[in-house]
Amino acid sequence: MTRVVITGAGTLNPLGADLPGTFAALRDGRCAIGPLTCRDVDRLSIQVGAEIRGFAPEDHFPKTRLSLLDRFSQIALVSARQALAQSGLVLDDTLGLRAGVVLGTAGGGNTTVDDNYRAVYEEGKNRVHPFVVPRLMHNAAASHVAMEFGLKGPSFTTSTACASANHAMGQAFQLVRAGAADVMLTGGSEAMLCFGGIKAWEGLRVMARDTCRPFSRDRAGMVQGEGGAVFVFEGLEHARARGATILAEVAGFGMSSDAGDIVMPDLDGPVRAMRAALSDAGLPPDAVDYVNAHGTGTTANDRTEAQALHIVLGERAAQVPVSSTKSMHGHLIGGTSAVELLACLMALQDGIIAPTVNYTEPDPEIALDVVPNIARSAHVSVVMSNAFAFGGMNAVLVLKRHG
Amino acid sequence: MGLDIMHGNDPIAERVKAIIADQALIDPADLTPDSRLADLGVDSLGLVECIFGIEEAFGISVPFNANTPGQSGFDISSVGAIIAEVEKLVARQAA
Repeated sequence: MTRVVITGAGTLNPLGADLPGTFAALRDGRCAIGPLTCRDVDRLSIQVGAEIRGFAPEDHFPKTRLSLLDRFSQIALVSARQALAQSGLVLDDTLGLRAGVVLGTAGGGNTTVDDNYRAVYEEGKNRVHPFVVPRLMHNAAASHVAMEFGLKGPSFTTSTACASANHAMGQAFQLVRAGAADVMLTGGSEAMLCFGGIKAWEGLRVMARDTCRPFSRDRAGMVQGEGGAVFVFEGLEHARARGATILAEVAGFGMSSDAGDIVMPDLDGPVRAMRAALSDAGLPPDAVDYVNAHGTGTTANDRTEAQALHIVLGERAAQVPVSSTKSMHGHLIGGTSAVELLACLMALQDGIIAPTVNYTEPDPEIALDVVPNIARSAHVSVVMSNAFAFGGMNAVLVLKRHG
Repeated sequence: MGLDIMHGNDPIAERVKAIIADQALIDPADLTPDSRLADLGVDSLGLVECIFGIEEAFGISVPFNANTPGQSGFDISSVGAIIAEVEKLVARQAA
């Protein structure tokens, strides 16, 4: 089987508009959660979120193209451009046939849906813009990435709520490993910080009104964010042959289904997903140097995830650094595990573990080293990145330092 | 009125030209009555955007079906033809 490496990464998220900006924010423990600015915010009971600030779409896309691009597609395209530029790949006609794209999203063109429901229901209009469907469809972002770069191989979208991007990257990994493609662009994006997007989440009563404090005893729930990241996954020999810089190796992927409750997390499902990922990587639990947790900041998730980590990591569980970067960039729902993989890359490349910020006091039920508030230097060779979705669908990636 | 769109004082024609020119990314002054949308680089998506823009601008409903553009009862063969159709629809609405 082909070994798979990462040769490029790009992002647009609340912490930064590129890789260096995001790494700097993760290193500094910066929290991007702030007041929401969407229309009718006064009618929301949750008025905080992690927005991307200062992004001007018209600086990146001509006007005629923008009419086809929901914000989640814009985020994916901007990220993909950066990732491909970093990879140095030249996508000619031949390679294009061996290249594809798999992206995750939970809400797709949620803002487009929101805007147009408002137009027909609230404003009573009987006509909507002709591109509502091509904007809102979940595969729009992947399709636009394929079109911009001429990716003509396997291409599709995964939608598994909060695990969408990890499922996407897992599929991309398996496609390259199995020889179905030489190059895959993969990751995910989300943009649902609109009135309807937030109102729906309010209904679940799992949202914090102030900020996100994963694993902290006084945590009050999750905080939504927007953004995404895209990576270039490539066969090791393919990358070597062109002298590419290798950022990390994708070592293993595991997934499982709780087949239990539609929203309540389960212990067994996450345990099986983590074990499957490690087994796929051919690595023992003892090899894990850092875990990027799902860490949503809800009581149900954080306690269950801590227990699951204790089962998987055994006696070392309390010593392995485990952080939730959602405390900084918020929960980017379907795009979140892509942005969280950036923290994993930073740990492998720079030896810096991003912290869990907003942490105030230990929870006796969570016996983990959550890297509170301040980033830490460490030699990191193996990282595990968790995503446990509503619907009980779990996806875990394991990355290895290369060389 | 009618097809005399080279006169700058026909508000309907001027507005339709502006909508089409916006899609073609050209100056409205560069349009002639004989200009064909395909020759201007306006593809099928650009055409439905033009139709949408016209409906919004004049508050009318344009009988256009992208599956059977030839049978829509709305002549899109040229800029002049589109203007004539819009003038008819606007007049019918006012009547």
